[in-house]
Amino acid sequence: MDFKSSDTIPGPRTEDHLPQTAQAAVKIVIVGGFGVGKTTMVGSVSEIRPLTTEETMTQAGVGVDDNYGSDSKTATTVAMDFGRISITDRLVLYLFGTPGQERFWFLWNGLFEGALGAVVLVDTRRLEVSFDVIGRLEERGVPFAVAVNSFPDAPRYPVEELRTALDLAPDIPIVECDARRRSSSRDVLMTLMRFLHSLAMTGALV
Amino acid sequence: MTPPQRKRRHPGQEPPPPPPPPRAAEPGGEEQGRPKNPERLYVITGPDGARAELDLVTLIVAREEIPPSVTPEQATLLRLCTSPLSVAELSAYLGLPFSAMTVLITELITAGLVQARAPIVRQALPDRSILEAVMHGLQKL
Repeated sequence: MDFKSSDTIPGPRTEDHLPQTAQAAVKIVIVGGFGVGKTTMVGSVSEIRPLTTEETMTQAGVGVDDNYGSDSKTATTVAMDFGRISITDRLVLYLFGTPGQERFWFLWNGLFEGALGAVVLVDTRRLEVSFDVIGRLEERGVPFAVAVNSFPDAPRYPVEELRTALDLAPDIPIVECDARRRSSSRDVLMTLMRFLHSLAMTGALV
Repeated sequence: MTPPQRKRRHPGQEPPPPPPPPRAAEPGGEEQGRPKNPERLYVITGPDGARAELDLVTLIVAREEIPPSVTPEQATLLRLCTSPLSVAELSAYLGLPFSAMTVLITELITAGLVQARAPIVRQALPDRSILEAVMHGLQKL
């Protein structure tokens, strides 16, 4: 079935309704390699149960060469988990993360262009899975902060060693976090916001 | 132990080639019940395919009572957004891809049945008051 009938649509719960005064929204994108805890972070700070939206892209539309079969119109579905935080009666913050296929997000028009900024979540056991996504943010000029999700058995590196390994500019914030904890995820978002604010103060935000 | 080493990129740099598409959708889970047939989406969104400039976080609000002339799909959407909801949330609740959602909403905007409240996006001119409002809101969490 393509469009669920109206009596089966699970709309927002009563407590999930935004006030009529909600005038505008902003968004932050949480990126990182597969399994680093992006969805966990979205869920830990969201005021609503995280939801999933998706977009379908055709292979032809994304410029992939067709080494992977003769059908040049293979459809790719990119799923995106998201959550919401009401900032004021008028302003709402949305957080987008995704369960994998991270390189496809950048084909999603407007996702990063309109975002205030991004959080790159990294796992020190697999630092290299974040390399590509960081590079793509740099190419697009999307401001970001790096959050190290502290898995118990993950190697600990000094911040400056991580900065060197990730080849990050000196001003880019790096913080440790536990994505499962609301306060810790909140602090990561605060770190990003302070960074964006400092960029705005110096006129560097583009 | 030494961590692996990345090399920094810069704005406007040539991106590496995009990844190959997945061979097939993963079985089960979220794939079920989602639209697969482009023809069906065409029916839902109408023949013209026109779209408004809608973002994932554009807030959509129904303007008035649901008129009897709307399609069942439009009526469902209108019922969902009696209080403001983002395009992303509507997409999630209705199980429709974002692009199909924007076409459906555009029809309702054109018909004057919903209002779109545009998001605040990152701009060349910094808007510190928005950043400060977000920081203040997060501190209260």
